Amino acid sequence: MSDKVLMKGNEAIAEAAIIAGCRHYFGYPITPQTEVAAYMAKRMPKIGGTFLQAESEIAAINMVYGVASTGKRVMTSSSSPGISLKGEGLSYLAGADLPSLVVNVQRGGPGLGGIQPSQSDYFQATKGAAHGDFHMIVLAPSSVQEMADLTVKGFDLADKYRMTAMVLADGTMGQMMEPVSLDYEIGEPVEKPWATTGTKMERPHNIVNSLFLEPDVLEKSNFERYERYSYIEENECMYEEYMMDDAEICVTAFGIAARVSKNAINEARKKGIKVGLIRPITLWPFPKAPYKKAADKVKEIISVELSMGQMIEDVRLASECKVPVTLCNRVGGMIPTPEQVLEAIEKAAKGGNK
Amino acid sequence: MAKLTFKTDNCKGCGLCIDACPKQVLALAKDKINKKGHHPVEAVNPDACIGCAFCATMCPDCIITVER
Amino acid sequence: MVVFEKPKALADVQMHYCPGCTHGIVHRLVAEVIDELGIEGKTIGIAPVGCSVMAYNYFNCDMIEAAHGRAPAVATGVKRSDPENHIVFTYQGDGDLASIGMAETVHSAARNENITVIFINNAIYGMTGGQMAPTSLPGQVTQTSPYGRDTDACGFPIRVCEMLSTLDGPEYLERVTVNNVKNVKNAKKAIKKAFQNQIDGKGFSLVEVVSTCPTNWGMTPQDALKWVDEKMLPYYPLGVYKDRSAEKEEK
Repeated sequence: MSDKVLMKGNEAIAEAAIIAGCRHYFGYPITPQTEVAAYMAKRMPKIGGTFLQAESEIAAINMVYGVASTGKRVMTSSSSPGISLKGEGLSYLAGADLPSLVVNVQRGGPGLGGIQPSQSDYFQATKGAAHGDFHMIVLAPSSVQEMADLTVKGFDLADKYRMTAMVLADGTMGQMMEPVSLDYEIGEPVEKPWATTGTKMERPHNIVNSLFLEPDVLEKSNFERYERYSYIEENECMYEEYMMDDAEICVTAFGIAARVSKNAINEARKKGIKVGLIRPITLWPFPKAPYKKAADKVKEIISVELSMGQMIEDVRLASECKVPVTLCNRVGGMIPTPEQVLEAIEKAAKGGNK
Repeated sequence: MAKLTFKTDNCKGCGLCIDACPKQVLALAKDKINKKGHHPVEAVNPDACIGCAFCATMCPDCIITVER
Repeated sequence: MVVFEKPKALADVQMHYCPGCTHGIVHRLVAEVIDELGIEGKTIGIAPVGCSVMAYNYFNCDMIEAAHGRAPAVATGVKRSDPENHIVFTYQGDGDLASIGMAETVHSAARNENITVIFINNAIYGMTGGQMAPTSLPGQVTQTSPYGRDTDACGFPIRVCEMLSTLDGPEYLERVTVNNVKNVKNAKKAIKKAFQNQIDGKGFSLVEVVSTCPTNWGMTPQDALKWVDEKMLPYYPLGVYKDRSAEKEEK
């Protein structure tokens, strides 16, 4: 067990990426994730890596596309408005089946919004990052330790499934400092025979491409990709259950909202309310199993979100509408307090939120 | 003596080679149609060819091989 | 003795370009240069969006299809992933390079990114059926400038080489054309230099090739070549716009 070091969430992501073998980072300054870029700017030149401040988020994601085409581990990071700009590249990465890691340290929106924490890019991350049928693996850390862990995990999953993994954090996760252990065993690199690294005149040329003008060929590529997605949905769901064994009320939240919720649950337990938490760690694939199980025994599910209610739709689907699913939220950079969540729990205990 | 070989089925009949030839060796074969439906180029005056490869230089479809 | 044949780096397939389109000539020149420099095994080409979108099928080296305008950014990633062992070129049209991808073009030039850019300027969007390009000439009739390009309403054409030559970054900028045998030979020299510069680690080298689009210009291939001389070259003069190494030698 290595010593723990005190780090900011954004820095933990950057250092974990380097440990995971990422030697290419492309980014563009945007609050509240700029520390990732600043950290990479300091570290990469010292370890023979590439840090490049791109002319735009669009250019950055396309530089990622370039490195990913050659099979090397590569990442970019940004915050909400910047991720919107990267959307085009995310779609092309998906269409060309390229692995990459993208970090979104979310801020409030829409538009320029604010610079305070938010979770309002849930839909964008899990359902509609850009045009076309595709998914990214979306990982939602709830501590600085998880910022690092899920970054390493994200690279592994991206390589394994040839797709983008997104670490979906928020401004608090990025800025908060906590002790972190960065003790990882990094496995052998995945073989990438498809990579465009030059034929060396030893093989036919590789083509990295997302253009398929024949509709039946394009359809087939979509079907094949979704078979892979199905496999991921069955095998890669991650979540945490907290005090769910005897729970009569279920709170669900990810990221910072889950931490607030845990405090509220602890307080509610002191008052004798049987309440627990389901915390999805993968937002795509969304872990449906714990909700299905909970729906048979709890009387209400409260979705605590820093959005106008986005994950709540997946919670309703996963719980198959067997119990009421209500929203407890703050938006625009505001964060729900434990008191607000406790109030919602108490209302649920007394007969239900509206 | 120079020799021209044409990949006739890839010819699109644009005629750029014909204009480039200083010896009027080439013409479109008005009585032939290739797989793509074009009148392909042919050497109507092959003995005059000097092997300068101007025709091949201007051919956008790389269908001409020149030997000398 | 064979004095002319298809270069080995050019795939043995029929290209989809319209009859008389000069894309084919430029593809061949790039392939000839790759052959002559013996770099096919380490070359990675980036195709654009536009008429040459399917260039990835026409070269035997590894190829990547980029999003519209983003080829220089993709090339930056590919080059930086292994600068010693990757020779990287982009092949882009005027809409791709000088309109939607202008930021990527300017900044890769400003960084003196060690890549080779082949820029096809035929003053029109070909693939989508002949719309006004950033390089369409004043008064030029296109599908989206049906009364002729009105410079009051849609501004003036962009001279890419001249514009980039104001930057300290780029190593080499030259404008060539391929409308006759002599010009094709000059174009090849420029393209070869643009690749050699990359091999020598000199940096960003862009060759602008003034090209034709007989179909969307509404001309025979022969008339299109003449139109290059009569209309295009007066607006887009041929020549070397920057050659830093040569400038240094002169000093």
